[in-house]
Amino acid sequence: MTKAYAGVRALKGVSFDLHAGEVHALVGENGAGKSTLIKVMTGAVAADSGSIDVAGRRVTHMEPHAARALGIAAIYQQPALFPHLTVAENIALTLESASVWRRVDWNARRRRARDLLNRVGARINPDRSVETLSMPEQQIVEIARAIGADARVLIMDEPTASLDEREVEHLFAVIARLREHGTGIVYISHRLEEVFTIADRITVLRDGESVGTWLTNEIDRPQLIRLMVGRELSAVFPKRQVTLGEHALAVRGLRHRASGVFDVSFSVRRGEILGLAGLVGSGRTELAEILFGLRPADAGDIWINGATVRLTSPSQAIARGLGYVPEDRRQHGVVLDMSIASNASLANLKSVARAGLIDREVERASAARYVDQLGIKAASLDADVGSLSGGNQQKVALARWLSTNPSILILDEPTQGVDVGSKAEIHALMGALAARGLAIIMISSELPEILGMSDRIAVMRAGTIRGVLTRADATQDKVLELAIA
Amino acid sequence: MSVALTIAALLAALAVAAPGFFSRENLSDLLLGNLPVLIVAMGATLVILAGEIDISVGSVFAICGIVAGLVAQAGSPILLTIAATCATGAVLGALNGVLVAYAALPSIVVTLATMVALRDGLRWATQGAWVQNLPSGFQWFGLSQAVYPFVACGIAAALQVALSYVLRHVAAGRTVYATGSDVDAARLAGFNISLVKSAVFTIGGALTGLAAVLNAVRFNQIPSNAGLGLEMKVIAAVVVGGVAIRGGRGSLTGTLLGLVLLALIGPALVFLGISAYWERAIQGAIILAAVALDAWRARRRRPDVMLAVQAS
Repeated sequence: MTKAYAGVRALKGVSFDLHAGEVHALVGENGAGKSTLIKVMTGAVAADSGSIDVAGRRVTHMEPHAARALGIAAIYQQPALFPHLTVAENIALTLESASVWRRVDWNARRRRARDLLNRVGARINPDRSVETLSMPEQQIVEIARAIGADARVLIMDEPTASLDEREVEHLFAVIARLREHGTGIVYISHRLEEVFTIADRITVLRDGESVGTWLTNEIDRPQLIRLMVGRELSAVFPKRQVTLGEHALAVRGLRHRASGVFDVSFSVRRGEILGLAGLVGSGRTELAEILFGLRPADAGDIWINGATVRLTSPSQAIARGLGYVPEDRRQHGVVLDMSIASNASLANLKSVARAGLIDREVERASAARYVDQLGIKAASLDADVGSLSGGNQQKVALARWLSTNPSILILDEPTQGVDVGSKAEIHALMGALAARGLAIIMISSELPEILGMSDRIAVMRAGTIRGVLTRADATQDKVLELAIA
Repeated sequence: MSVALTIAALLAALAVAAPGFFSRENLSDLLLGNLPVLIVAMGATLVILAGEIDISVGSVFAICGIVAGLVAQAGSPILLTIAATCATGAVLGALNGVLVAYAALPSIVVTLATMVALRDGLRWATQGAWVQNLPSGFQWFGLSQAVYPFVACGIAAALQVALSYVLRHVAAGRTVYATGSDVDAARLAGFNISLVKSAVFTIGGALTGLAAVLNAVRFNQIPSNAGLGLEMKVIAAVVVGGVAIRGGRGSLTGTLLGLVLLALIGPALVFLGISAYWERAIQGAIILAAVALDAWRARRRRPDVMLAVQAS
């Protein structure tokens, strides 16, 4: 199986097989290609090349419809349910015959829903609309639906992410029953002890490639972690020795209940790069948004340059000297349809305005300085940012914050989707900024980057910091050990 | 529910303060004037349930009225006139539908464009002239003025019942809800989203055509500028009737109630001796109240109940 997104190969010739009546776990780091692989199997996205054999039938172009007909069902991390419709109807819609003129038998739908929910041991009123259900309940509905489809292949992507212990136990009982009935189950999870409990075989994906498949009893947890991490620190990181200054930012007992972030305490000093590691969903981005005032904290204290502050809006955070380059730069970091000059001045319009009007000349002069300083490669200052490469877009996002003269920069996945050359440039830039006395918090899913760039590494799991490693202590295994429950 | 209660309160107030409101003549006028709006609103309900919107209905309505008149003038029997007009509406609706569903353009922009283009196209084609000298078989469908209201009501009632049934009890109707509730989930479930979307626009167009005939037969000439502001009336009725503006939830019964409430306001003010200038303001307040109520309910619908798992 091969699949590329916008030139980045997410899957590189991956092969995967699943026996009837087996639980086959799929593990790997963030971005290893697990989600892409299951999307290809269910036809949610089309593979660029490769084929799928289901019970002896070869399929080259999988589509959602065909996958269903072949008995492939998937439970995604985000439930694919219809929020306004009832539980009974959600279960029925994908199971009933295709004719659009058939009469809907509501009583039969209710009976079937009740029956399937009983089989997974849940008591949910089939007449409730799905939007009133909690996340675990929605997941149960999806499982019931998959069972109703008599799925021969059931793919579960992080099914336990929002379940508590008792619910997990129950889910495992359901999985065991399905396995006895000959259903093949693809089980994706970051929780390795679950994988060892439930799986018969384990396949490790890394950087879009399959590292190999092992029987669960011929491999142990440390071995598995080593296989997931795999690579050596190949890139050379231009880590500069910087004398650390005063504490630029300190937080204690930070909590934001709605995003599941609690009891976060850490500090970062001038000239320091603090790496924030953890799996997707561990609360890293949420923490960044709390610090930037996008999600005002419910509890906890924040000090900036020694003064207690309350941050309830981005404008306050900016005024206090914070800058934030978000993860999805195309969506939040830059305005694609605006010129480089306009983008660069966006966070600090006051500095380029005279009597409330933007002085285009001053704006361009200021932008020109950053283009030069950051090495942004573009045809002209008036070029739309959308026309630049990922690396150059990221530099424009950086330029915007540098113009506000911040003392603390939060960079969320600063080199995601950026080519190797620009990556090195951005790393060099971060080193230079730290040397100038900026405190940098860098969120990254890429372990070599975390290890190579950070002075200290804070590892998050399930909403809080589970440990802080110094540069000297940190290894890939140690970081992953803290990140995985 | 709250809409039904408001209607009941309004009618009760009228029964006490202005029994003249319930005269046969007044009710008949009110009914005949609003039946076409109701039929257009049925189509709009389908479109909105599927998660789209159609603001070109007023222009389609005007064109269909003129087409009905011209076809009738050419000597067509009334049933053929109705069929031709519905077909015209369906074609124009399908145009919107195809642009939205297959060209993947946002429906608010597509139908804004067709609203303007169709209206000005009609003005250019007719040079603003009205269709006059209609044959006698056209007005009131060639029936007596006393019988026609029953026929018109019968048509609207049959449509209301049939479409409600399809929406609730036929798989095709449920796919409309599914599409409006979550397009991605609907695609993953294997539904043909583009077909559903273009179908609701086409049906909406055909219903607008029918409404245009029912409107035209009430007068002895057909204006070329009919249906101005019709889109606002029908969308207001749909929203007040509790259909979620983003799709996926609501019913034709709701739309019917919403329209009845909004249509009663104006005449009720007149009968209650309040300045008619308040009509729009009160209608606006009702729409705001309906939207606010819907938003409040959506917040309350958030998950609050914990999962009840029993050991098996």
